Amino acid sequence: MTRIEEAFYDKKAFISFITAGDPSLEVTKQLVIRMEQEGADLIEIGIPFSDPVAEGPVIQAANERALKAGTTTDKIFAMVKELRQSVKVPLVFLTYYNPIFTYGTERFLRNCQECGVDGVIVPDLPFEEKRELSDVCKQFGVTFISLIAPTSHERIKMIAKEAEGFIYCVSSLGVTGVRSAIANDIPRMVSLVRKTTDIPCAVGFGIATKEQAMAMVEIADGAIVGSAIVELVAKYRENAVDYVGDYVREMKQAVESVEEVQEKIAK
Amino acid sequence: MSKGRFGEYGGQYIPETLMNAVLEVEKAYETYKDDEQFNQELTELLNNYAGRPSLLYYAEKMTKQLGGAKIYLKREDLNHTGSHKINNVLGQVLLAKRMGKTRVIAETGAGQHGVATATAAALMDMECEIFMGKEDTDRQALNVYRMELLGAKVHAVTSGTMTLKDAVNETMREWARRVDDTFYVLGSVMGPHPFPTMVRDFQSIISKEIKQQIIEKEGKLPDAVIACVGGGSNAMGAFYNFIEEEGVRLIGCEAAGLGVETARNAATIATGTTGVFHGMKSIFCQDQYGQIAPVYSISAGLDYPGIGPEHARLYETGRATYVPITDDEAVDAFEYLSKTEGIIPAIESSHAVAYAMKLAGTMDKDQIIVINISGRGDKDVAAIARYRGVKIYD
Repeated sequence: MTRIEEAFYDKKAFISFITAGDPSLEVTKQLVIRMEQEGADLIEIGIPFSDPVAEGPVIQAANERALKAGTTTDKIFAMVKELRQSVKVPLVFLTYYNPIFTYGTERFLRNCQECGVDGVIVPDLPFEEKRELSDVCKQFGVTFISLIAPTSHERIKMIAKEAEGFIYCVSSLGVTGVRSAIANDIPRMVSLVRKTTDIPCAVGFGIATKEQAMAMVEIADGAIVGSAIVELVAKYRENAVDYVGDYVREMKQAVESVEEVQEKIAK
Repeated sequence: MSKGRFGEYGGQYIPETLMNAVLEVEKAYETYKDDEQFNQELTELLNNYAGRPSLLYYAEKMTKQLGGAKIYLKREDLNHTGSHKINNVLGQVLLAKRMGKTRVIAETGAGQHGVATATAAALMDMECEIFMGKEDTDRQALNVYRMELLGAKVHAVTSGTMTLKDAVNETMREWARRVDDTFYVLGSVMGPHPFPTMVRDFQSIISKEIKQQIIEKEGKLPDAVIACVGGGSNAMGAFYNFIEEEGVRLIGCEAAGLGVETARNAATIATGTTGVFHGMKSIFCQDQYGQIAPVYSISAGLDYPGIGPEHARLYETGRATYVPITDDEAVDAFEYLSKTEGIIPAIESSHAVAYAMKLAGTMDKDQIIVINISGRGDKDVAAIARYRGVKIYD
C-alpha cells in the first residue's frame, strides 16, 4: 500500500495545505512536523508560483511572501529531503505546471522520488493535457492526482477512470478561499465518481470550520483545508506553529467524530 | 498532442473548473465560423459599425525622407474605438450572444481591448466587466472613463505586478467564479485553444484587406509586413494571409523597454524561454524556476510576459522574425509619424514604425513595406508628454 492509500485506509482523511517558504522554509518544516503530530493524514506543500490563477487572495499573498523570502524549488526539495528522515505522513506537492515544466519535468519528478514526495497536484493541467506529466510521474513512482469541479459534469467519469491516489473534489466555483457556505454539489460529484472507481474523494476549496469539515467527510473520504491554515500562518508568522497545531488537532478530531458515528451506524 | 497546437505550442492548460466552458466556446466557434448567417452579420457589423475596410495609405513623405522602400500604412487606427481590437471583439461578442450568454468579461492592458469590449457589449446589450491592472488604470485613466461611459464596470487589479498579466489572471479567476452566463472575451491570440485560433481568424481580415489593397495599388505583394507584438493579435492578423507567400517578410516588433540587456523589458522572443502559462504552451519571460518575470514597457498594450503560440511557432520555423524596439525608439517613431504624416500612432504601433524607419533605407525603391498601425495614439499623448518631461494639464 502506498503512503497515500494508507492515509485513506479505513478512515476519513484530514488533509492540510501550506505554502512552502511562508514565512520561511524553517517554519514550513516545523509546521509539517507539527501537523503530522496533530493527526494530519496527508500534507499538501504548495510550491509558490508568481501567478497562481486558481488561488484566492489568501494563498496568492502566501505565494508572494514565499517568493519574496527567496524560496525556490531547489530549496524546497532540500527541505523535504530533510523532513523525510523523520516524517512518515504522505507529502504531496501542489503547484502550477510551469514551475515543473521549466525546471524540467523529469528532473522534477526524479527529485520528488529521491526526496520522498508521494504525489503532485497541478491545478492548471486538465485531463486533456495531463499525459505529458502523468506519464513521467508513473516512471518515477509519483502519484498524479486529478481534480474534478462542480462544472465537470460528464467529464467526471473520464477523469475518475484514470485517477490515482485520491480525487481532489473542488467544492465550489471560483478560486481557493474560506467560504461561509459550500455548494451542495458534493454528493452528486462523489456519487458520479463512485460509479466509476473506489478511489477516495477528498473535498477542498472553502473549508475552514469543524462543522464544514464534518459535513464534507459525511459525504466524501477526506477534507482538505488550505486557506484557513495559511491565514493563521500569515497572522502569526514565526509563531504560527502552535496555532496551526491546535487548529489541526481540532479539525482532525472533528473528522474522527464523523468516522465514529458512521461506524456505529454501520454496526 | 492535444488540440489547438502550432507545433508543440498551444494547448488547453487551464483549471478543470473552466474546462467545460472552454470546450463550449470551442464547439460554438466550430459551429459558427462557417455559418453563413453568422458571417453575414459579422461582416455587416465590421463594415457599417466598425468602418471597415480600413485604408491602406501610401506614406509618401515618410518614404521620401527615409529614401528606400515604399511605405504603406494599414490604418487600423481608423476603426471605430481606435484600434484593431474591435475586429476580434465584434466576432467574440456575437458568438457569445449566439451561445446565449448575457455577460462578457475581459482583460485589458492599454485599455483598447477593454474599450472595444465595452463598446460591443453596449451595442449587443450584454453586461460587461473589465479587469485592468492598477498601474494601467493610472497611466490610461482616460480609457477607464471611456469604458465606464459605455456602461462597463472596471476593476483595478492590485495583485502581482498590477499590469496586463495580472489582469488576465483576475479575469480567469472571475470566469471560474461565474461561468454559466459569462463569456471571456480574450483580447489577443493567446490563452487556451480555441482562443489563439479564433482571435487570429477574426483579426485575419487585416491581411486579407492588405493583400487586396496592395495588389490594386501596386500590382504585387509587399516585401515586408511589420507589426508590433505583445500577445500578438494585430501582428497575427497582419501576417496570416501572407504566411504562405514566402516572398513576404513578416516582422514582429517586441517591446524592449529600457533594452533587452536590462531587466526592464517585455521582449519575449529575445529574452524568454518555452513555458506553460495562461492556458497555453508558448514562450514566456521567466526565471530558471518558471516564475513569470515582471516585465516592463512604456506601452501598456505590449507590457506582457508572453506571446501567442502561433507566433512562437512562426519564430521557431523562421517564417517570421521578431525584433526588439526600445521605449526611446518607439517614442521617437511616435513623434516622427505625427510630424511627418499627421498621423498619431498608438505607442504600441510606434514600435512597428520604429523598425520600419530602420529597415526602409536598406531596401530598394521598388520594394514595399506595409506597417500595421494597430491603433491611434490619442490615449498616449499624456504619457508621452510625461516621458518628455512636458507638463500638461488635462
